[in-house]
Amino acid sequence: MSGTKDMNLTLKIWRQKDQKSSGKMVDYKVNGISPNSSFLEMMDVLNEQLINKGEQPVEFDHDCREGICGMCSLYINGEAHGPDRAVTTCQLHMRKFKDGETITIEPWRAKAFPVLTDLKVDRSSFDRIQQAGGFISVNTSGNTQDANATPISKNNADKAMDAATCIGCGACVATCKNASAMLFVGAKVAQYSLLPQGQVEGKERVLNMVKQMDLEGFGNCTNTGACEVECPKGISLENIAIMNMEYLKASIKKEG
Amino acid sequence: MSESLRNDGRIWVPKNLEDVKSIKEGKLKPTAITEENRDYYLERRYPAFGNLVPRDVASRAAKERCDAGYGVNGTGEAVYLDFKSAIERYGKEKALVLGNNNPSDSEILKFGEEVIEAKYGNLFQMYEKIVDENPYKTPMMIYPAVHYTMGGVWVDYNLMTSIPGCYAAGEANFSDHGANRLGASALMQGLADGYFVLPYTIGDYLANEIRTGPIPTDTPEFDTAEKEVSDRLNKLINIKGTKSVDHFHKRLGQVMWNNVGMARNESGLKEAIKTIRGIREEFWKDVRVPGTANGLNTELEKAGRVADFLELGELFALDALNRNESCGGHFREESVELDGEQKGEAKRDDKNFKYVSAWEWTGDPGNSKLHKEELEFNDIELKQRSYK
Repeated sequence: MSGTKDMNLTLKIWRQKDQKSSGKMVDYKVNGISPNSSFLEMMDVLNEQLINKGEQPVEFDHDCREGICGMCSLYINGEAHGPDRAVTTCQLHMRKFKDGETITIEPWRAKAFPVLTDLKVDRSSFDRIQQAGGFISVNTSGNTQDANATPISKNNADKAMDAATCIGCGACVATCKNASAMLFVGAKVAQYSLLPQGQVEGKERVLNMVKQMDLEGFGNCTNTGACEVECPKGISLENIAIMNMEYLKASIKKEG
Repeated sequence: MSESLRNDGRIWVPKNLEDVKSIKEGKLKPTAITEENRDYYLERRYPAFGNLVPRDVASRAAKERCDAGYGVNGTGEAVYLDFKSAIERYGKEKALVLGNNNPSDSEILKFGEEVIEAKYGNLFQMYEKIVDENPYKTPMMIYPAVHYTMGGVWVDYNLMTSIPGCYAAGEANFSDHGANRLGASALMQGLADGYFVLPYTIGDYLANEIRTGPIPTDTPEFDTAEKEVSDRLNKLINIKGTKSVDHFHKRLGQVMWNNVGMARNESGLKEAIKTIRGIREEFWKDVRVPGTANGLNTELEKAGRVADFLELGELFALDALNRNESCGGHFREESVELDGEQKGEAKRDDKNFKYVSAWEWTGDPGNSKLHKEELEFNDIELKQRSYK
């Protein structure tokens, strides 16, 4: 293990009481942080300290703390999920920082992700996009076909699997200068369009999901590729191309 | 790591305590320990199954080695999970597939790591981020940890709880697993309950309600239920004590880990029940929940959960105390095989404990009422498990 010496840090954290109040950056000190602790464990130490002083702890989203649930969502030193690559905030460890450093912690910032309180944002816009078409209607009435009965090429199976690893955390939106959700929606569309089971509802899916994405107020894609860099699951820009192709196909032959 | 990852990982600790000491002091790297100085204890103890023994057996064996002082990191709670031989095996195999009949060592390593990455890349990446060591080059350090509870809410065959119309599906209920949670059983249960059971049973229940119409909320029952909830929330907020919710959660966790964990005994369980009762009393007198009962309040939400855990924890210990046999993940130190080939292994008592314990809530976890649901085995003969 790399670091062994405990660290003292200054934190600049966005505090906001609720959706209606305006927020501001507040400074805090935390001492004796192990470099082997995770970023969220460091936040736990801060909150324990605040509670013991009779202050309000900092609200932040978290759940599984092993990088698979997509809840944690901190914008650290100007980067979604902080300075490490291919990690969620909970997988970021303090050894990536230096003793004495000042760390700036903000919530995801995007019109379609309104701040609920402190570092928590409302990501239900993603849910509504999913509800608009991010599923396959399956008949489970007892005569379901064996999954192996439909052959799928290894290449497509792998690409669909890679797209399906998107955990919907929203780092792509937070990172994008346009607050675009194209990487997220692209991954969800591509995941199904690459598989035979997804073909039946393919056209309506892409049209409805893109429509909902626009309604939620996400920006457009200008191909800067920042989303791909910050994505904890390494979702490829290729998924955006797949979505655009699906969208074009569906738009041209809407009636068919 | 689940079931030693399909027998690709081999689990070991150093054979000699001096080597353990040198590793802890940072003077020795695990890769420098030769084969004859390694103890592949699962392969040694269970030659027929080796690293593929079920997780309760593998967990206890890891605990046994670490309790004996062979744990390999600073905490003394770690054993090695080593992929070196799998990398070699897969590397040679892939070289042959590619028509390379005489691969060099570096080619074998390269091919082998590629295969391992394709199989377990995401897990290896997770490990590397946590520990800051490259698991392709040095064995991983692992130790059993609390995963989830074995057991859950009692349901009938339609997945309905004892509250009419309230269903519990997936890992929240007790129904599909035995005394040992196996790999992906929660996933299986979520899919089976969700796809195949609930679509029919809930419809069956709702069929009787088809003419019920909207249910009004201006009833005494609704008011009572609403008052109960708001009273509970206000009570938590108004304690205004001196210790955080996490403080109590951690203390409870420590008791569960030490006394209701991988190995249990009568006196430890009795002590746990007493201690948990004490923590619970203190919680309701001295917890500090900042903020208000209205609006988003994570600490309040957490306080509600920890209050539940403090009741469930005591029931856990009570249930473990009641079951004086070793069965699956539940290992009672009093119930082990005393001699023969299975010496030291878990000993079930099918004569006295062939039942599911369903505990009825009475308002105090210590006075929960036991309902025994007999288990009937018509087609399988009950036998001692053997992995020797």
